[in-house]
Amino acid sequence: MNKAINNYWKTNLKYLSILLAIWFLVSFGFGILLLDLLNQIQIGGFKLGFWFAQQGSIYIFVALIFVYVFLMNRLDDKTAE
Amino acid sequence: MEQQLWIWIMVGVSFAIYIGIAIWSHASSTKEFYVAGEGVSPIANGMATAADWMSAASFISMAGIISFAGYDGSVYLMGWTGGYVLLALLLAPYLRKFGKFTVPDFIGDRYYSNTARAVAVFCALIVSFTYIAGQMRGVGLVFSRYLTVDINTGVLIGMGIVLFYAVLGGMKGITYTQVAQYCVLIFAFLVPAIFISIIMTGMPIPQIGMGSKAADGIYLLEKLDGLHRELGFHQYTSGSKSKLDMFLITAALMMGTAGLPHVIVRFFTVKKVRDARKSAGWALLFIAVLYTTAPAIAVFARTNLIQTVSNKPYETLPEWFSNWETTGLLTFTDLNKDGLVQYVADPKINELVIDKDIIVMANPEIANLPNWVIGLMAAGALAAALSTAAGLLLVISSSVSHDLLKKIMYPSISEKGELVAARIAAIFAVILAGYFGINPPDFVAATVALAFGLAAASFFPAIVMGIFSKRMNKEGVISGMLVGISLMLFYMMKFKLGFFGGGTNEDWWFGVSPEGFGTLAMCANILVAVVVASQTQTPPKKVQQMIDEIRKP
Repeated sequence: MNKAINNYWKTNLKYLSILLAIWFLVSFGFGILLLDLLNQIQIGGFKLGFWFAQQGSIYIFVALIFVYVFLMNRLDDKTAE
Repeated sequence: MEQQLWIWIMVGVSFAIYIGIAIWSHASSTKEFYVAGEGVSPIANGMATAADWMSAASFISMAGIISFAGYDGSVYLMGWTGGYVLLALLLAPYLRKFGKFTVPDFIGDRYYSNTARAVAVFCALIVSFTYIAGQMRGVGLVFSRYLTVDINTGVLIGMGIVLFYAVLGGMKGITYTQVAQYCVLIFAFLVPAIFISIIMTGMPIPQIGMGSKAADGIYLLEKLDGLHRELGFHQYTSGSKSKLDMFLITAALMMGTAGLPHVIVRFFTVKKVRDARKSAGWALLFIAVLYTTAPAIAVFARTNLIQTVSNKPYETLPEWFSNWETTGLLTFTDLNKDGLVQYVADPKINELVIDKDIIVMANPEIANLPNWVIGLMAAGALAAALSTAAGLLLVISSSVSHDLLKKIMYPSISEKGELVAARIAAIFAVILAGYFGINPPDFVAATVALAFGLAAASFFPAIVMGIFSKRMNKEGVISGMLVGISLMLFYMMKFKLGFFGGGTNEDWWFGVSPEGFGTLAMCANILVAVVVASQTQTPPKKVQQMIDEIRKP
């Protein structure tokens, strides 16, 4: 049981680091640090950097939480077996 | 029907609903009072969290702020939503697993010390009070603008309503009222946005409309950038703030959001750990509906405004212009006496001053929407202000009755006594908040935004380290929190209130604004905590077991 719990925590930390890396990339990365670069790309009426800062990052935030919910529910069930 | 009548109807009906819910769901135990009996479904809790979160400022001012700041306004959009990712991933599930009532509860138990608990209570009270005073003022403003009562009467009515359902229903009453309030406020926000998006771009979804072409075939954002260049404002889609400041402000708002006690406590109200994660997802989804619509409203309103007024003869301006002029939120002074409105960046020749709050509130009039929409806006703005005030009130009352009284001063108090104390504390908190609402000290407006910096500098690192590090001990965390919150308070007082010699933008440390300083204060908190912890004893076995326990599925 102890080993299973250990694995559970390790996998959790792995999920966390991947999801938080995406979280950082879309907001601080695309929305702020790389703004000028991405603003040279235009999709529809949006400059891409501006879109990430005011729209895109928020959609991805929502998706990230639901992905985490899905991953953790699966992991919970697997560990409980 | 007349506009004023519609306003009374919409506000009256929504208030009747809130009071009905409060009576139906009154709390009979401390568990119901503090955490709604831990029986709230994740979706309902998500909605309640969203309503709790979105204050009068989000509803009325945010779109306006973005409208004037353009890209710079993104700090609020990303900061106030990105914090929920941190909450869902780093805090909510573990705190739910821990299974107590308040944030100081966690800090006190995890760091096996009543000193740590007391420091946490102190931080919770500071953060909540700076926040709630602003809310009561918001309630008063909305009442005075829509219901044409005196602003102080407005605050008193607001106090009465909040008092009624927060004191009677506790967390249970607040949660279910907030579900209703979310529905009212989001509907009130979306209806005018959709109408205006259709009018300006023919696209019913505002989020897409803001990136679409206007009737003349030019992309709205391109047109707006052009207009801004012409009038001397900085370009709408790129910023005027430094990248460092943008970065630090966004980070401070995110970590502050995740550290605000009235937000965290919501995740104690669901049944299971799973539900805490899911509920954070729902909360952010419900919040995102408003937060992605706001920048669209900002673009529509900004374009509309500039096109309607810039270089137009004053005489030919539409009726809403003079309507809002009478409220003092719009002022026009014809400096060069040419009868035209010069609206430009240069303050020497600019003739038009616009209050940011107009953007959302005048929207229905600018777009010629029916009167019931205006009634709806009034009900929505009140829902936003009341729901946030009630949530904060509960944190204040539970900090006093549970954390101070029960856990530190009189551990022998009975459940009934604690419940009475919680209600009395809530009454005092409302009266104090109302007092600040009627006599707003100068610092309120300046400090509401800084409450985030305070939360980021104190709670967020203390809780995260408590979960993810077994080595962190009470000495480390107490010194970290004290250093973090004092640094933040010092910087805030120095540069916002002019204490300690004051200072201008040029004196900012490393060019960091007080809004962004929370991030640095948080780093100092962590640094101090880690260094002190490494020099002192590891936490006792019992605590290590507790950490293992909250990490388990």
